[in-house]
Amino acid sequence: MRSDINAIYVIVAREFIKFVRERGRLISAIARPLLWLFLVGGGMTKLVSPDMGMPYIQFIFPGIIGMTILFSSIFSSISIIWDKEFGFMKEMLVAPVSRFSIVIGKALSGTVVSTIQAVVILMLFPFVGLKLGIEQIALVLCISLMLSFCLSTLGILIAVFYENLESFSVIINFIVMPMFFLSGAMYPVKLLPQVLSYFTRINPLTYGVDALKHAVFPEKKMLTHDFPLSFDIAAIVILSVIFVAIAAYVFERRK
Amino acid sequence: MGIIKVESLTRKFGTITAVDGISFEVQKGTIFGFLGPNGAGKTTTINILCTLLSPTSGMAIIDEHDCMTEPSKVRNKIGIVFQDNTLDKELTAYENLLFHAYLYNISKKERKTRIEEALHFVSLYDRKDEPVKRYSGGMKRRLEVARSIIHQPKILFLDEPTLGLDPQSRANLWEFISELPKKQDVTIFMTTHYMEEAEICDKIAIIDKGRIIAHGSPDELKKMVGGDVIYLKTRDNASAISDIRNIMNLETEEKNGEIFISVTRGDACIPELISVLSDKVISVRLQRPTLNDVFLKLTGKAIRAESVSGGDELKESIRSYRRKFEKG
Repeated sequence: MRSDINAIYVIVAREFIKFVRERGRLISAIARPLLWLFLVGGGMTKLVSPDMGMPYIQFIFPGIIGMTILFSSIFSSISIIWDKEFGFMKEMLVAPVSRFSIVIGKALSGTVVSTIQAVVILMLFPFVGLKLGIEQIALVLCISLMLSFCLSTLGILIAVFYENLESFSVIINFIVMPMFFLSGAMYPVKLLPQVLSYFTRINPLTYGVDALKHAVFPEKKMLTHDFPLSFDIAAIVILSVIFVAIAAYVFERRK
Repeated sequence: MGIIKVESLTRKFGTITAVDGISFEVQKGTIFGFLGPNGAGKTTTINILCTLLSPTSGMAIIDEHDCMTEPSKVRNKIGIVFQDNTLDKELTAYENLLFHAYLYNISKKERKTRIEEALHFVSLYDRKDEPVKRYSGGMKRRLEVARSIIHQPKILFLDEPTLGLDPQSRANLWEFISELPKKQDVTIFMTTHYMEEAEICDKIAIIDKGRIIAHGSPDELKKMVGGDVIYLKTRDNASAISDIRNIMNLETEEKNGEIFISVTRGDACIPELISVLSDKVISVRLQRPTLNDVFLKLTGKAIRAESVSGGDELKESIRSYRRKFEKG
């Protein structure tokens, strides 16, 4: 037990040190949501009719936080592919620690790193004309932690099945981008055709973005949340457990 | 009983049999060498012993623990230096070792002293706070050796530890490695395809195409190909040959202006030879059989020396380029 806690701690510490040292990584990670929020969101605000209840840039604000978490969690977990490719994974696999603690360590690394980035984006709320109270900020933080953990474990699952860096663009184009567009981040999922709604239902980001909408827009309006908050949180927790279980199982299995 | 015991170990990858029913034992406190060309099954065997791979059939026991059923007990007792570098190049040397110390659950009291000891042992203490990416190939290897001993393993696996290093770094590294069994009280299991490196081993197993084709001490193996040969250059070959034949009673022949004599112990024969021939001798050369001759005799081919380093370095620089590019 003590050895597992040590292992989890040091795996998270390693990722955190590297995150702090590579300032370029933080800047480029923050740049993407900024572009979407102000260039896409700012432009679309003028197109979308004002009788929707709120400006478009405010509508996508929770979605952009979700996007920040999505990208940074998946990228952080995909570092497993680099660890495999550059051999560092072997150093962890031959150590006397359980595979489960390696998976948890990696998931918590992603959680820490992407929650930090989510908080940076959250602090921009005055610039899009939102007023958030301390409880709302606290709720966003809690949801961010849970969603980061969930998406990091999903990232680990992806990394376990992809062997090399060449698959990186496949992951981005066929997993990450569709997850983003089918999450309700940019437009309400109700607008999607029936076929696609199945995908939104199994997409963890859908529940994450919906929960964030609960926190940012406490009053139910036309463009706010679709599901109850407890349902969102339950979905995130259940999906996390499923992802962790599969990832730990696959890791444990020797080739 | 040996500290490592392997019995009829087999591993297949699809239709290819990488390791084909090998058996051997390694005694405590010795250096055991696994010698063979690339693709002979050395790394596959190490990966099975390190609990990274499961065998198709057979048994592997390390310090009385089964590699298959008790992997975490085995992992506690072993240290490994893999063929490819497994350091985190973004972290400093000290951080790499600290990471290892945490993974192996070394107590807080001992972490610092053990890491510093290991760094002194490989003479890298002065550069401990530098990121590993600034290290040379030889320094990285030394750091990996240091890392592999901080949890005080009973058995150390070294998979081609000198691959891609320049001759000087190789010589340095061997100095460290040969001191290990005495200083750290470990048993060493190493693989190599450099014949001269295998000379420091107490026991060697020669592996080819997944099978052990010979094993024994380096001297035992060399005896398989015959004794030493002494080459002589003299002022008067004809009279020298008759002296050797008549006075020393040895068979000898002349070839390309050189006299050569086959004996079992060349080093003991030379002084006598010099005193018999006195001032006729211009030069003496002793040739002893090498492990390469052993391998040549057993398989009919020499072990290929391969320049792996060049290609790998290139591959790695492409990868790190991609990594930066794709992250941005």
